[in-house]
Amino acid sequence: MLAKSFFATVFRSLSRSLSRTRAITVKELRQLSRDRMTFGMIVMIPLMQLMLFGYAINTDVRHIAAGVVDMSHTSYSRDILQQLNASQVVSFTRVYDSIPAAEQAITNGELKAVLYLPPDFAQRLVSHPAFTGKSSPTARPIGQWLVDGSDTMIASTLRSLRQMPLDALANRTPSLSVPTFETVQYFNPEQRSVVNIVPGLLAIILTMTMILFTSAAIVREREQGNMEFLIATPVKSFELMLGKIIPYVLVGLIQVGIILIMGHLVFDVPIRGGMTSILTANLLFIFASLTLGLVISTIAKTQLQAMQMTVFLLMPSILLSGFMFPYEAMPIPAQWISETLPATHFMRMIRAVVLRDAAITELSKDALWLAGFTVLGLIVASMRFKKQLD
Amino acid sequence: MSSKSADFAIETHGMTRKFGDLTAVNNLDLAIPSGSIYGFLGPNGCGKSTAIRMLTGLLIPTSGDINVLGSALPQQAEALRMRIGYMTQKFSLYDNLTIRENLNFVASIYDFHGQIGKQRVNELIALYGLENREKQMAGSLSGGQKQRLALAAATLHRPDLLFLDEPTSAVDPENRREFWERLFDLSDSGTTILVSTHYMDEAERCHALAILENGIKRADGTPKSLMENMKVTVIEVSGDDLRTLKNHLVAQPEVLSTAQLGTRLRVLIHDWVTDPELWLTQQIDGRSIERVRPSLEDVFVASTGGHRVG
Repeated sequence: MLAKSFFATVFRSLSRSLSRTRAITVKELRQLSRDRMTFGMIVMIPLMQLMLFGYAINTDVRHIAAGVVDMSHTSYSRDILQQLNASQVVSFTRVYDSIPAAEQAITNGELKAVLYLPPDFAQRLVSHPAFTGKSSPTARPIGQWLVDGSDTMIASTLRSLRQMPLDALANRTPSLSVPTFETVQYFNPEQRSVVNIVPGLLAIILTMTMILFTSAAIVREREQGNMEFLIATPVKSFELMLGKIIPYVLVGLIQVGIILIMGHLVFDVPIRGGMTSILTANLLFIFASLTLGLVISTIAKTQLQAMQMTVFLLMPSILLSGFMFPYEAMPIPAQWISETLPATHFMRMIRAVVLRDAAITELSKDALWLAGFTVLGLIVASMRFKKQLD
Repeated sequence: MSSKSADFAIETHGMTRKFGDLTAVNNLDLAIPSGSIYGFLGPNGCGKSTAIRMLTGLLIPTSGDINVLGSALPQQAEALRMRIGYMTQKFSLYDNLTIRENLNFVASIYDFHGQIGKQRVNELIALYGLENREKQMAGSLSGGQKQRLALAAATLHRPDLLFLDEPTSAVDPENRREFWERLFDLSDSGTTILVSTHYMDEAERCHALAILENGIKRADGTPKSLMENMKVTVIEVSGDDLRTLKNHLVAQPEVLSTAQLGTRLRVLIHDWVTDPELWLTQQIDGRSIERVRPSLEDVFVASTGGHRVG
């Protein structure tokens, strides 16, 4: 009898708690639907980033502006310039009479590189092994590239010209050398960078919007004075936190849908993983990011502060999560920082699921890490979130 | 529950709140009878809001005991939530929700669901004259409408005790009168009301009030008893060149304070002056004098040592 009434009391208070949580969610969704700017951003941020990273960001460098200082004036020098132009790596736009004038053009930023062909270019060429097809101990380089080395991406592209084959110049059929190794490119055989970027973009967009929206949504209540009224009502802290984050789970899933569907339609990014795996991975990360937003909301006093703290977390998430630069290339301390970011763990999972059709169970380490992060974040947030004004 | 706490809706002993070095509320003792309208009168920054926030459980006191409706604060704050209503100084409902949506939200927070909630919201919309505006966004309402909406939200769950923090600061006099009619209705139906204000005419409507300055209670009682027990005599002087006279009078130790009201100068003379009229006649160069009834503002000035409300 006593147990029965105990359960009845628990059930009643639980159902009241749920209905208060629902009231906050409904209110939040209604406010969100009236905030045209925020509503627009939910759709525009992923679309915009997708287009930028899909079309604009490309690590394949082409048509580097170059000049030439030709001291030999032979038909060979004209031929080699033509061949270099045809390779599309560089495009020669200027001709200079002297090295200093060409160097000045590099300093001014008009050119990224200058090719110097010495007066004895023709002699050097005809005795060069790449031209003759025979090894020669006295051979010297046929010319010199002067390169603006400050941009490492451009510099390394030009470095690839050091071993340029000269068979065509010598009117020979290309000598077919046998490669040391053979490579097979799985999952992205055409080596398009957009294939790797689109799933990674999910981590960046969700980090940005999930953390910012939740932290701002709660700080806003405090900043605009709504909190003072809410605290004096029977609403409990966890009901308020839960009611406020549920709408943003939906927002996060909408953004995931936009990025994956548009990425597939516009950039032909393969989606190999199943719905369940993709949804699980995304929900794990959405919850981790939302709790991070909750923790921020208990620290930030104003919406501006919440925004600043989001940017503080966003920058390492972009740079250290493996989105732009491979995790393997980072120094060990940077890898430690990288490991503390939820984005890193999600990046591994979502690329594995979307591109390689890995199962969540095979990625349990990252999945457990995100779940643990969420639990820890919730504990910290509810300990810091007091139903008091001070 | 002791009979004592049944008589008093609010009882505090030595309620104190410090913010760093600043003591916002200092050793405040209160005993507010159930069913009364009690006022906190004082200038901005005197500790009115801080006191109300402690009494609603929003702030934890640095020291002192608080008992509200028989519950000890801040320990039993959650148990009180259903029984108290709080109308904040700043409008605290949602600007981008309509009147009805705001009230529906508050109704579901207080566990008024379905038909019961709908009926209660309709009742409040009619009672506070918001019928034609229920689809209007709260952010676009006038000061008076916002205030009526806030009162409707604070009283939706029919609280036994209602806290109002400067409820009429953004409202014109006519709306203020109307607002006080509603408060008297609530009081009639048994609600205890604690209202803070810096308007004298509002303070005068309270059954009893406390005058606060720098977090300290300077005087309390009914408006009538406060005026009767004043330790000053109030005399009005009429005539020309009152500014010069004022400057002369405020320098005298017998005078507590002066205030010019149009062509008259209101002079507060300490009650240790045996014949204040005679003393004043000697100071004023043949201008005419008249002894008048003290007002609540005089009480305020007398109890706060010469500062005017403002």
